[in-house]
Amino acid sequence: MRDRIIFALQLLFTLIVAAFLAVPAALSIAAGVTVNYFRGIQSGVTLQWVAQVLDLYAGTIMASIAIALGTLLVTLVVGVPAAYALYVRGGRLARLVEEIITLPVAIPGLALALGLLLSYGGFGNFRRSWLFILAGHVIFTMPFMVRSVMAIFASIDVKSLDEGAASLGAAPWRRFVDVIVPNAAPGILAGSLMVVTLSLGEFNLTWMLHTPLTKTLPVGLADSYASMRLEVASAYTLIFFVMIIPLLVAMQWIGERGSAK
Amino acid sequence: MSHKSFVWICLLPLAAVTAAFFLLPMARLLVTGAEGPRGLAEYLAILVEPRYRATLVNTVLLAAATTVATLIIATIAGLFLQRHRFPGRAVLVAILTFPLAFPGVVIGFMIILLAGRQGLIGDVSARLTGDKLVFAYSIYGLFLGYLYFSIPRVILTIMAAAQKLDPGLAEAARSLGAGPFAVLRDVILPGLAPALVASGAIAFATAMGAFGTAFTLATNIDVLPMLIYTEFTLAGNLATSAALSVGLGVMTWLILALARSFTGNSVAAAG
Repeated sequence: MRDRIIFALQLLFTLIVAAFLAVPAALSIAAGVTVNYFRGIQSGVTLQWVAQVLDLYAGTIMASIAIALGTLLVTLVVGVPAAYALYVRGGRLARLVEEIITLPVAIPGLALALGLLLSYGGFGNFRRSWLFILAGHVIFTMPFMVRSVMAIFASIDVKSLDEGAASLGAAPWRRFVDVIVPNAAPGILAGSLMVVTLSLGEFNLTWMLHTPLTKTLPVGLADSYASMRLEVASAYTLIFFVMIIPLLVAMQWIGERGSAK
Repeated sequence: MSHKSFVWICLLPLAAVTAAFFLLPMARLLVTGAEGPRGLAEYLAILVEPRYRATLVNTVLLAAATTVATLIIATIAGLFLQRHRFPGRAVLVAILTFPLAFPGVVIGFMIILLAGRQGLIGDVSARLTGDKLVFAYSIYGLFLGYLYFSIPRVILTIMAAAQKLDPGLAEAARSLGAGPFAVLRDVILPGLAPALVASGAIAFATAMGAFGTAFTLATNIDVLPMLIYTEFTLAGNLATSAALSVGLGVMTWLILALARSFTGNSVAAAG
């Protein structure tokens, strides 16, 4: 009997927590397709707000996708070889490098953005271009790619694979392309999903780095929260959810498959 | 080409990118912090200047409250979900983890929908008591926002840690006559301690340094990230904002590093 009561109370508690997380998201989705949120859903369902957002903010959505893909490309090209090098070299230097590249995760984005502005604010063309935001995103997401790939190397004994290929006479870069990268694929995929998700949602850095001509989706979101009617802000958030949730589902799916092995 | 030089070449792009866009900006930040009228003393202003110190205290209290509340809530819900199997459990776990990818700005908007001027809580309270309860645009709204941000992360960590606990230990304690609360206090919570420390540190560091949620809710909430932002953009006070953000960065980094040395695991904050 006592166990039943404890179970019921815990279930109730967990349901309340879930409601705290889910209700505002549901409200936002509902508000995004409601004719008049103040009057409620009875006022009718519409896609006019979504259309208005696409009209006003399509540029920010495209920009965010482009920056996320650009960030992904750089973290792949720079991060995957680095993860390999850090793993096979090991030792104190590798740990130090890993520690340094992970710092941007522990340091508030605001500090990082200030540093970038102070260092490169004077380089007008760079400052005004998308590359400035891209640089910030690369620094912020790099550790997730590097560590995700290093974790895979640790679990598949990449050193013996590498040595095996070397004993067959393969050159280092051939081994990297033909042996290392294919074997690291699950880690590269997990890291890529993480990088794209983080880049699409990044605000702390981007708000400081953006200019009126370089606005990303989260910057546009903050803009709409401050100045647009609730329905438009909600429709914009809805579009963001639609972009981000498949990535999240894919990440969880990969995580579960990984832990089921 | 030898293997050794290939490894170095693999590291080169990372070294270049990190040096140019992280190490150099951080060095610049450090130098700028000391270039104000106060010189190096600017770095002490966060502790000495009453206005900054009050903000620092405020921020630390908010982060501590967030951490304690998140750990309690997530431990209850996480242990419950790990121990019981029932219909709808998977849906519940999915609901509790999907806000993981929400950036701070979006979480701010969630809090506005909940406790803002057109929010649900205001609506319900107006109908029940005639008084419209609106607190999204204050430090309480920010507290709720950080809970929203931290709960999914901490629940996931606790569920994973609880899964690794040896069920035999709790079983043995029970067979020796320990009640459920004694088992929780003496067996389960000590077993979860590393996970609690690690995820608590992330919650704390995030609540200290996150900017998006506070920015969405109100620009005049008195926390460090907002102070840094207003000093930089409104007051144009480069040295102060640089020194304050160095101080904030050192604090969040220290918290995470301490948690890591305690648990032996690497932890990372986000947002």
